[in-house]
Amino acid sequence: MSSSDHRDNAALPPPPAGEGWGEGVSTSDTPQEERALSRIASDDAIRPPPQAGEVKTARGQTLRKLVTALPVAITLAAAPAHAFIAYVSNEKSNTVSVIDTDSWTVTKTIKVGQRPRGIDFTRDGKFVMVAVGDDDTIQVIDAKTQAVVDSLPSGPDPELFAQDAAGKVLYVANENDNTVTVIDLEKRARLGDIQVGVEPEGMTISPDGKTLINTSETTNMAHFIDTSSRQIVANVLVDARPRFAEFKHDSSEVWVSSEIGGTVSVIDPNKHEVIGKVTFEIPGLRKEAIQPVGIGMTKDDKTAFVALGPANRIAVVDVASRKVTKYLLVGQRVWHMAFTPDEKYLLSTNGVSNDVSVIDVAAQKVIKTIQVGELPWGITIAP
Amino acid sequence: MIRWLVGLIGWSLAATSALAADPVTIGVGYLGIAGTRSTLSLVEQPAENDGVAGARLAIEDNNTTGKFTGQRFTLEERRIREGEDPVQAATTLAEKNGFIIADLPADAVLKVADALRERGTLLFNAGAIDERLREADCRANVIHTAPTRAMLADALGQYLVWKKWSRWLLVVGSHDEDKLFADALRRTATRFGAKIVQERTFEDKGGARRTDSGVTQIQRQMPVFTQQAPAYDVLVAADESEVFGAYLPYRTWDPRPVAGSAGLVPRSWDASQDQWGAIQMQNRFIKLNSRRMTALDMQAWTAVRMIGEATSRTNSGDVKKVTDFIKGPDFSVAAFKGTRLTLRDWNLQLRQPILLVDGRMVVSVSPQEGFLHQVSELDTLGYDRPESKCKLK
Repeated sequence: MSSSDHRDNAALPPPPAGEGWGEGVSTSDTPQEERALSRIASDDAIRPPPQAGEVKTARGQTLRKLVTALPVAITLAAAPAHAFIAYVSNEKSNTVSVIDTDSWTVTKTIKVGQRPRGIDFTRDGKFVMVAVGDDDTIQVIDAKTQAVVDSLPSGPDPELFAQDAAGKVLYVANENDNTVTVIDLEKRARLGDIQVGVEPEGMTISPDGKTLINTSETTNMAHFIDTSSRQIVANVLVDARPRFAEFKHDSSEVWVSSEIGGTVSVIDPNKHEVIGKVTFEIPGLRKEAIQPVGIGMTKDDKTAFVALGPANRIAVVDVASRKVTKYLLVGQRVWHMAFTPDEKYLLSTNGVSNDVSVIDVAAQKVIKTIQVGELPWGITIAP
Repeated sequence: MIRWLVGLIGWSLAATSALAADPVTIGVGYLGIAGTRSTLSLVEQPAENDGVAGARLAIEDNNTTGKFTGQRFTLEERRIREGEDPVQAATTLAEKNGFIIADLPADAVLKVADALRERGTLLFNAGAIDERLREADCRANVIHTAPTRAMLADALGQYLVWKKWSRWLLVVGSHDEDKLFADALRRTATRFGAKIVQERTFEDKGGARRTDSGVTQIQRQMPVFTQQAPAYDVLVAADESEVFGAYLPYRTWDPRPVAGSAGLVPRSWDASQDQWGAIQMQNRFIKLNSRRMTALDMQAWTAVRMIGEATSRTNSGDVKKVTDFIKGPDFSVAAFKGTRLTLRDWNLQLRQPILLVDGRMVVSVSPQEGFLHQVSELDTLGYDRPESKCKLK
């Protein structure tokens, strides 16, 4: 699925002559300072990344160095210890934006296949896999050269995928033919298919690697699949259009978001039963606009973040009580999210406003907005 | 030894039947009219299986889900010829099918509904857009997945007003349904502050829709027909009968856009709709039916999916149980329109966004932002609860 919700655009006034719809369309409910930030960020994005052999100092001066002998040292100097690299798939642009989390700028834009959506690092951190649905494949980007180097036999219209703990087996949701395709990552070979419900989408694997969860959007189920036998062991009915599934790190619960149902179902993975639901209510916002998609859970399993699509907000949820404690205003049509490995920051893709919001996890505040390509969809951060 | 063998066979038989418990079969009937109507545009000529093709896809979708829930859906199609009694056909269908999708004119829908009331069959009106089926003539055993004329007119009107094209030249056909659509458009203009600067009637004097040198004449007739109009922003045509609407774009005396029955058209669905995951369904539909999906296909698909949604939620194929759930407060269905669709409990009309299409693209989707409502913005389209004359019985 995955829809590109263009509806919010419909209400914008026609653009003034000479200005396009693309980047820089300001959003009606993005706070003023955030918009200013996004402008600055987009300026930065236009500027080319530092050339090899140039290093920026803190004061912004550019020093020319003798580098030919020491490329590794230069890389380290350019990227302080706490900086991470995020990759964002832009569904409409057919590109992947690379974001440096130190400078919070786009350092590179990589051209990929048609309609990139699901995106994830390989476990070893060497490659980024991106599902390019309209090309019926998953492309592989070398994280070092930041170029597409390979593709995987995914089956038709791959959207989201999950990999096992060892990073050897990849499970891909193929929306067009109601299957989950199993791929051997080392041999680049297709191992088989699992028949699931109509429009498979969300994919996640239990921390012990034994259970794969797939959600099907029109069947409205979370399918529990035994990874060793590749058989469905249980089907749990959830609310309409389940998009994303996330395990608690202690394996005690699976959270499944329902985009059209407007809820997150909490499932007991042993009993295969819905044991609770997270509901959302935002004053002044119509109920239909609240469409939960991405879910991110902190490692201590205390706090969950739920992206609410066209509600333009991320809900902060207390995992124990399943109650929303705060709503964070981000860009338009917020879809997926990723934590930095140190869990200091959470990054979200905002499809309609073409940007990525940066959230300070501890402060629970949006601190920055970065312009990326058109309709940013998925995001992954280097381990 | 023999006893042991018999025991073993008996045990294995029991085990087999326990494993493969027979799925519950849920019968869905489809009742339509034989033959297709003629349209001005050859590319818009409906296929023989218009409507039922959508129902067929939904049966497949339901059966994929049914594999996991132990439910099996079947579709039985029945077409009646002109003059044939719809009640008899419907009664025969109802023998095996607890749910019937109807693509029938309003009068036939009412006859069938009343005839099947005692039996408890649930009827889905997928074809008739007449207001009266949801108003004075509403029925408790009829659910409407087709939008109404007022919903379509309001969807168009909201966009025209948003666009600030608020002076309308209304051209109305001479058939009854054209007049009904014109009534709906007048109501819309009043509600949203548009002004109908003048009305003209286009008389249907008969004649063929296909001729060998028709374009030459049309090119002369249409400018003349539309000349000397007061200042207007958009020509709004009410021509459900397909007599003149499609002749208007690019041929008006004044260079003005056309909307309504031609030009920018309000519809429940369109083959060009690809947002909100619709592309998956469009692909499935083309694969199954070797053609693109129409609004009527979508209205039938939605009806069958509503049945599937309710049977999986209630884990039952019992018509009464399923009907109660569909009519209840917890029911909603996803139909690739960016929002959940629910029923107006006062008249069993499905709330739904309406697409505004030009034949190649979705231009916009109504309700437009800024048209507010205290319950659901979808209720800014069509007759709202306080205005309704419906008393469900």
